[in-house]
Amino acid sequence: MTRWTPGDDVIAVQRGPEPGGAGGLYRAFGETLRGMRTTLARIAEGPHTIQYPEEKVPVYPRFRGRHKLHRFEDTGLEKCVGCSLCAAACPADCIRVVAAENTPENRVSPGERYAAVYEINMSRCIFCGYCEVACPFDAITMGHDYELSDYNRSDLIFTKEMLLAEPIERTPLRTADE
Amino acid sequence: MTGPLPLAVVGYFEPWWIQVIKAIVVFAVGLQMVPVILILERKLLGRFQGRYGPNRVGAFGLIQPIADILKLLSKEEFRPSTSVGFLFALAPVISILTAVATFAIIPFGDVHNIFGTNIGLYGIDVGIGPLYAFAFGAIAFYGIMLGGWASGSKYSFLGAMRGAAQLISYEVALGLSLIGVVFQAGTLSLTGIVHAQQHYGLWFFIPQLFGFIIFMVAGFAETNRAPFDLVEADAELVGGFNTEYGGGKFASYFFAEYLNVFVISGIATTMFLGGWLLPFGIHPPAFVDPIVVLVKMFLFVIVFIWIRATLPRLRYDQLMSFGWKVLLPLATLNVLITAILVVET
Repeated sequence: MTRWTPGDDVIAVQRGPEPGGAGGLYRAFGETLRGMRTTLARIAEGPHTIQYPEEKVPVYPRFRGRHKLHRFEDTGLEKCVGCSLCAAACPADCIRVVAAENTPENRVSPGERYAAVYEINMSRCIFCGYCEVACPFDAITMGHDYELSDYNRSDLIFTKEMLLAEPIERTPLRTADE
Repeated sequence: MTGPLPLAVVGYFEPWWIQVIKAIVVFAVGLQMVPVILILERKLLGRFQGRYGPNRVGAFGLIQPIADILKLLSKEEFRPSTSVGFLFALAPVISILTAVATFAIIPFGDVHNIFGTNIGLYGIDVGIGPLYAFAFGAIAFYGIMLGGWASGSKYSFLGAMRGAAQLISYEVALGLSLIGVVFQAGTLSLTGIVHAQQHYGLWFFIPQLFGFIIFMVAGFAETNRAPFDLVEADAELVGGFNTEYGGGKFASYFFAEYLNVFVISGIATTMFLGGWLLPFGIHPPAFVDPIVVLVKMFLFVIVFIWIRATLPRLRYDQLMSFGWKVLLPLATLNVLITAILVVET
């Protein structure tokens, strides 16, 4: 059992020294030198910037970039069955799906119907990922590409062929240890 | 050799044609140094802030200042309708003129025999060195004052007013900080001061450490650099005195500002860091002298950039009270003690 002493509960408040006077001048000079050391340490650290067009920030696996449409790997059929659930879920209303019937001669997807037209207007898309969530067949997922700028708005309407194709330039993916 | 100039005693001077050549060389060297300081500042400031600085234009971004200047020169010459035309155009000229004129007295070397002619490696060796610099430094503020006033804009005017007040409070301390050196050297000629340092075998920043520090601090104020850049104060006054300037006129102001930094560095080098002298009694051949001076000057320029990267801008009343209550008494004390010691010995 230790006895309670009143001094234990006293908290010393750290107050800054009084400004002014010779001491204040000395401190101001010292603090200036300390600040200069701090900035010099930044030089020793080296720059932290990333030289963007040459160097790219690797993205996380869950990064929501440009969409991708998928095919079945074994049969090569499109996973999309043209149900338009993605278009219904899209808050920005940027997905347009026109479905058509599969026929035995022209079988595009394993289901009854397939997407004859599948367009995403990338200038409207807000990359929320709801289309990915809404899709019952995992036909559409969000990819990793974020370099989507273009000179024309019309070039930003991505057609089904563009979405099915692999992106021309791969965005680096973050590895587990990064 | 003709008689001395009527305005001041001139130490050593050459035939007139060499003086013309020297004037051109001084102007050209001053002009060449500004882009170098510009790119140095932007690169270093970038490093101080954890980034690269410009590295796209040319190899390592080295021709970025040329691109900047070309951009400025190709801009439209704009003038507010409230401005006073003549003064608006004259003010940047005053700024640039005084900066180059001060540059003329910085000695880059002793008098050397080049191709059979004795040539002093400086623009002119006036017998009133620091006074000459202060005179032109004071006139330089007319460039800022007139520019700010003639713009007919409140921000410019506020910047100019601050400039005037800053001049009065810091010019005094700047002058007093150099008097200690002048006492010790016993001459006002800048080459004479370097010779005195050679004679003592000691650069004046050691015996005059206080004077050196005061000179540096007041020099920041004199050149309107951070942390005393209240004349420009982009955060509060848009751009200060040069708010309404653009194109070539702005380029002139810009040029003058950086040349002033270089000139202050040159004066500090000459007065405190032994000019073209090297430590430990090394006597290199004559052609090394200007390089030594340039290296020392660039050390000061780097300190200027370092301070700019470090310190935030002072508040206006802090600036004034610092100038009057701290720098001026310290400078006076320094002068008094130096005077007593010089008389004693």
